[in-house]
Amino acid sequence: MSDQDAIRHNMAQGMSQGSPYAREMGFELVSMDNGAAVMKAEYKDIMVGDPDTGVIAGGVVTGLLDHACGSAVHLAMKEFKIIATLDLRIDYMRAAKPNKPIFAKAECYKVTRSVAFVRALAYDETPDDPVAAASAAFMLDSSSGRHRLAKPEAKS
Amino acid sequence: MSDAADRLSAMLERIPYARFLNVRAELAGDEMTMILPFGNHIVGNPMLPAIHGGVLGSFMEMTALAQLQVKEGQAKQPRVIDVSIEYLRSGRPLTTYARAEIKKVGRRIANVHVEAWQEQRAQPIAALRAHFLLEQVEAPTEG
Repeated sequence: MSDQDAIRHNMAQGMSQGSPYAREMGFELVSMDNGAAVMKAEYKDIMVGDPDTGVIAGGVVTGLLDHACGSAVHLAMKEFKIIATLDLRIDYMRAAKPNKPIFAKAECYKVTRSVAFVRALAYDETPDDPVAAASAAFMLDSSSGRHRLAKPEAKS
Repeated sequence: MSDAADRLSAMLERIPYARFLNVRAELAGDEMTMILPFGNHIVGNPMLPAIHGGVLGSFMEMTALAQLQVKEGQAKQPRVIDVSIEYLRSGRPLTTYARAEIKKVGRRIANVHVEAWQEQRAQPIAALRAHFLLEQVEAPTEG
């Protein structure tokens, strides 16, 4: 692994460890490649969306997919840039199995100057039997807008 | 009206993930506003800080489900078929609100649009469109 690869991998790893929500949910990066990431979340009681069945909330899958997609974008870029999700579309194929870890496998298949495009699958046992599928677009270097936001005089 | 409000808060109270997010709902007639208080546990990027995109998505999805519960009074929780989330502004460390509009309720499918905002209703921070399967006659994967 080159130094640059190592830095990128640290960024992607830091993204899950540095995010309080991801920590609470136990999102963990288990596999990294150029532009590809696999994220895992162990089943937790706080994730449950249907108390009758113990099935986790769709929103947890949404969060895991968003996070895996973001990590894949970091792993696809040559340098570190602040990124922000622009849109995220998810198809839910079936309920995740209770008491099983859930995985999200994301692939950033195109990076342009301003936008990165990602697709991802969420699954519990095998990607061949997915729980959900996502496609997402991310804005790169999205800090400029926020700097403007941060200025008190610009905030009305 | 208070019946519906009681049912709604009972429903949210029963969902562990809703308790984790700490969401609550306010009802004015059949118009519902969901409220997501800010807390460190929902932060995605601690440097800005910004609310996690997945949390905003979850929150809006829950708003859609709750609005369906208010309008349709489904015994079983509807199942999400698909969602499309648009992120318009970053979620700042403030209370977030959301309202859902049920665009169509058919025999099996409901289409719901949701918008989330913080300080100004006219400046939404995110929007969601979703389809829900209303009756669990059979799971789509079982053919």
